Amino acid sequence: MNSFFEESMFAGVTLSIIAYLIGAILKKKFKLGIFNPLLIAIAVSIVFLAVGNIDYEIYNEGARFLSWLLTPATVCLAIPLYEQWDLLKNNHKAVLLGLTAGVVTSLVTVLVLSLLLGLSHEEYVTMLPKSITTAIGMGVSEELGGYVTITVAVIIVTGVLGNMFGELICKVFKIEEPISKGLAFGSAAHAIGTAKAMEIGEIEGAMSSLAIAVSGILTVILSSVFAHFL
Amino acid sequence: MKYVKQFFIILLISFVGELFKYLIPLPIPASIYGMVILFIGLMTGLIRLDDVKDVGKFLIEIMPLMFIPAGVGLIESWGTLKPVLLPVCVITVVTIVTVMVATGKLSQWMIRREKKGGSDHE
Repeated sequence: MNSFFEESMFAGVTLSIIAYLIGAILKKKFKLGIFNPLLIAIAVSIVFLAVGNIDYEIYNEGARFLSWLLTPATVCLAIPLYEQWDLLKNNHKAVLLGLTAGVVTSLVTVLVLSLLLGLSHEEYVTMLPKSITTAIGMGVSEELGGYVTITVAVIIVTGVLGNMFGELICKVFKIEEPISKGLAFGSAAHAIGTAKAMEIGEIEGAMSSLAIAVSGILTVILSSVFAHFL
Repeated sequence: MKYVKQFFIILLISFVGELFKYLIPLPIPASIYGMVILFIGLMTGLIRLDDVKDVGKFLIEIMPLMFIPAGVGLIESWGTLKPVLLPVCVITVVTIVTVMVATGKLSQWMIRREKKGGSDHE
């Protein structure tokens, strides 16, 4: 049986997607953040690999085609952005203010907590790009001399947590305007948060898409300055 | 042929994004260049919305699935993550909240201020 799974290109991915769908049904039924389809899909797949003693490499033989689609899918985020252009133009001040504030807050929070928790310079710069999209964050971490594998892991965990709890955070802090919600998802939880913002609404999705690009680029610039602070 | 054409345009833009990444020495991924290229294409009318819309919406809808492999890949980095787990968790959780609140609240304040200013003096 094991050797079959090692041969199969579709077993791992199919299971991941089944877990995702089950998560989606549970989420609909119980409306709890913990029944996040993405989280459930990841958790079930990890358990599957662990129990079946299957290497990640083998799972990824099939699963990498899903990852491969990420670049064209991210390109397509320009579509909702284009469709919401008028809204964006009419609210450009709010958008710019919100996104700049988000990037600065991310860098300041990481700096303050790194000081408090006594992190080394390398650990600090590893965490600096944690709020932005993986591909940009990896580059920033590498450039500043961080541990790239940890940066990637933290970025993904950040995204999944943002995807899970973003709606709750918006509710608790009374972030109600669709534009603001979208910007908040994108600037705190990049593309994985955007996936959730897309589900909430078109405006939220478009603003979140914009936030991925703008926050990512702003972080490239500002993190090189912040790297000198610890 | 509709889907072939749309898929082709989206992949072509992804490829041009890769070219940009290759030529420009910045840590910006091909996908972000591609997103900007498609956006400019749509704004200038060089690319019509109908040229990319159906396949684009499909890709966006299944986007969450594309993060599963990377998430499962966390088992690979568990070893490096374990020693710094506590500080990393604290920073991750706190930052999500501070960033969402800063971005959400400030933009909302500005949106509501402009709405008010546009309608009446209060």
